[in-house]
Amino acid sequence: MTIATAGPSSPRQLAWARRRRSAARFSRQLLSDRAGVAGLAVLVFFVVVALAAPLLVSASELSATAGRGNPDLAPPSAEFPLGTDEIGRSVLAQLIWGARISLFIGVVATLVAVVIGSTVGVTAGFVGGRTERLLMAVDDWFLVIPFLPLAIVLAAVLGSSATTLAVVIGVTSWAGSGRLLRAQVLSVKERLFIERSRALGASGWHIVTRHVLPHTAPLILANAILTVPGAILAESTLAFLGFGDRLQPSWGKMLEGALSSGALTVGAWWYYWPPGLCIVAVVLAFTVVGRALERILDPRLVDRPMSR
Amino acid sequence: MTGSAVLSVRDLHVTYHGSSGAVPAVRGVSLDVHEGETVGVAGESGCGKSTVAMALLRLLPAGTRTDGEILLDGEDVLAMRAGRLRAVRWAGASIVFQGAQHALNPVQRIGDQITEALRVHNIKGTKAGSLLELVGLPTRRADAYPHELSGGQKQRVMIAMALACDPRLLIADEPTTALDVMVQAQVLALLERIQSERGLATIFITHDLSVLSYVADRLVVMYAGRVAEEGPAAAVLDDPQHPYTRALAGAFPTIGDSASRFAPAGLPGDPPDPAAVPPGCAFHPRCPVVIDACPLTDVELRPVGDGDRRAACLLVPTVAGTLS
Amino acid sequence: MNGADPLLDLAGVEVHFPPRQRGGSVAKAVDGVDLQVRRGEVLALVGESGCGKTTLARAVLGLQPVTAGEIRFGGRPVDRTRAGLRALRRQAQLVFQDPTGSLNPRQTIYEIVAEGPRIHRLPDEQLLVTDALARCGLRPPERFVLRYPHELSGGQRQRVVIAGAMVMSPELLVADEPVSSLDASVRGEILRLLLELVHTQDVTVLVVTHDLGLAWNIADRIAVMYLGRIVEVGPAAEILEAPQHPYTRALLSVVPEAHRMDQEILIGEAPDPTRIPRGCRFNPRCPMLRSGRAEELGVASACQADDVALQPTDHDRAVACHAVHAAASPAAS
Repeated sequence: MTIATAGPSSPRQLAWARRRRSAARFSRQLLSDRAGVAGLAVLVFFVVVALAAPLLVSASELSATAGRGNPDLAPPSAEFPLGTDEIGRSVLAQLIWGARISLFIGVVATLVAVVIGSTVGVTAGFVGGRTERLLMAVDDWFLVIPFLPLAIVLAAVLGSSATTLAVVIGVTSWAGSGRLLRAQVLSVKERLFIERSRALGASGWHIVTRHVLPHTAPLILANAILTVPGAILAESTLAFLGFGDRLQPSWGKMLEGALSSGALTVGAWWYYWPPGLCIVAVVLAFTVVGRALERILDPRLVDRPMSR
Repeated sequence: MTGSAVLSVRDLHVTYHGSSGAVPAVRGVSLDVHEGETVGVAGESGCGKSTVAMALLRLLPAGTRTDGEILLDGEDVLAMRAGRLRAVRWAGASIVFQGAQHALNPVQRIGDQITEALRVHNIKGTKAGSLLELVGLPTRRADAYPHELSGGQKQRVMIAMALACDPRLLIADEPTTALDVMVQAQVLALLERIQSERGLATIFITHDLSVLSYVADRLVVMYAGRVAEEGPAAAVLDDPQHPYTRALAGAFPTIGDSASRFAPAGLPGDPPDPAAVPPGCAFHPRCPVVIDACPLTDVELRPVGDGDRRAACLLVPTVAGTLS
Repeated sequence: MNGADPLLDLAGVEVHFPPRQRGGSVAKAVDGVDLQVRRGEVLALVGESGCGKTTLARAVLGLQPVTAGEIRFGGRPVDRTRAGLRALRRQAQLVFQDPTGSLNPRQTIYEIVAEGPRIHRLPDEQLLVTDALARCGLRPPERFVLRYPHELSGGQRQRVVIAGAMVMSPELLVADEPVSSLDASVRGEILRLLLELVHTQDVTVLVVTHDLGLAWNIADRIAVMYLGRIVEVGPAAEILEAPQHPYTRALLSVVPEAHRMDQEILIGEAPDPTRIPRGCRFNPRCPMLRSGRAEELGVASACQADDVALQPTDHDRAVACHAVHAAASPAAS
């Protein structure tokens, strides 16, 4: 390691310089992971498409009346690159706008799940005792109850806007992260530097924010990325079962449309293959990127003493 | 010397190949161990002492380059086929490690583990119970699981297993480091007794020179992959010739010696990184008596006094005619 | 006795741990310790693992609640409320055995050393940190502040741990096996640093160790601990050169550094704090009892039946042994 040769700046500034350098090292490592880069490219593509949807296709093409005058279930043509659905609307337009909903719900649901899971996991692991037993009992309960019935009931009670759906999915899928983080916190808590901090007079809050969270953050990040595909699949499942947002297209809802309109039986492949493939691609991409992050950030690997 | 050399190592070089390039861990070590003799190998972390131990039975990770000659009863270990090597690993020479306590299977009774070792090597007539007795454990402890034993008892079991095939050479790599002083004394006494009863040749590797003052007949002090000094243990400890040996001996003060009272002895700097060994005499950056020639001269072991002792230091007067 | 007001005064301190399983017995790790640490001295607390020395050190720092007894620091009983402990932890610092584990691998040396000043909101943090690093031999400090622990050697890491303690200008430094994980040639340098700090920074050191050579190197006084009790205490040189308690003698005889003694290897393992023997707690392993020496002195039955307390023998020395007491005053028995 070279020592920073910058002029007489404060240790804090120099520490930031070091952090920048380690961020650079991190991105270098990520970029050298071939699977990770491929996944990242797919994700960037879908995010760009989702963000640019209003520029690519007018929202009016999605309304129930937009297909009037168009052929129903028409195969791909110059005008409709992915054909039309049972009421003559462009499948491509729905696919592009569907990316927005799928990604939005995937990300928001993950945020909800990770915030709940981290809070519960870190609190349980750090505080211990009765609090831990209580929180882990709740965690177990969420871990074992069947996801679909609970989500369907919640969606039915709370309504089915995209945001509600995201919250419903998030609330029902945090339990795994909670367990994982508790285990990680338990092992960090045993480390000697926590004891050193306590001997210096540190409060619990100081120890959690300065030592425990920095040691669990990489795990939280990798875990979050790996939670997204589950959330996207959950959204597709709920939409496919008819509990999706009635007003907005999503990939799951397209599949439901394809099934109920008989597109599957008449072989209108352009209607059900694209949303299906998109779901698979996004889910795979998130998983691959998450695994790559895990490899780079896994504390068990990071904290390993210098290899010989 | 008593008997012939059981183990004879000539000019051993070991180089690891890691992600950061080649790391020469051992750079030309020669030593002999005779029947009934204990040779102590001392040195700090990274000096290559454990690498030597592993190299003796070819236990180093794949991709490690080992050169030189390791003769076990005249047979070159480095040239052996896999089958012969397996046989030699227990019957010819066996190893007791520091962390060996963790090498016991936690869900198998220790008696069964010893019996299994015997069966694998086709040894008949020896019973686990008699081996346990040999290491000072009651025969009924054969029914115990490892977690029911203390650290010292587990190390005794490991010694029993190492002795199961009646080897000629015992390699003890920091066998007492994790143990308490009193238990360490018990294990050392046990090793000494077994060795004298069986005429075992022993290599005893440790960072703790004071332990070697107990058990070793001869002493080999290693620094940065080479031998810095060797000779009869008592002579080397009482009158070290190499400044490194002197510092190492000073690190374990003699209680009652007023010179070391309130005067802990140590060396500035840190043990060298095997990946970046200083040029010339590797010890020169930390040496209290360094001279101008030290960084420039790759100093070889040279005889001290009557020739039974050797030290690799420019300040050791050369005996006329022994150096070309 | 000299040292009118000890910096640290322990009276009847007990630390008991509840049984791990239902039906198990209480582990009496520390079981009635009386001990004074005088200002400006180095006191070595020695004993085998499991004798309770580390638990006692943690109790002194308030890291371990005490079951009974009193700990006075600077003449006042330690206040075990949150604020009281916080105040104690400005004045008493801990140095660990394993420097690698006690440094957060994700923090720079600066952040590590600055942790204490930040917790206690001390002014001039940057000055304090560079000064502490320099005092602990990490010179120039600028070379080290931005490094991470894994970029330093073992000896340097231990210096960082000591700097992280000295940055608070503590009155008491509790060092738990400060050199046992270091290389032999580095060990002396760290011990020298501790001695230097005692002489120049007015810090008092309680060093917990199993290593009698270390005690010979740096300690003014020694307290020998066995199964939760202090069995012998006194000036280091006197104890090491003429131990009185049979346990101290046995311990010393197996230390390779003292090879002029005949070895007296005690049988059995380190004793179990869940099963403290009746009478003198050392009696099942006592060589004096075994050899019949205790019988000659007429104390053999007392050894097995009566608990024994520390009693002064010579000037400034005290021993807890029936046989020693009987030999000192034959008329009393």
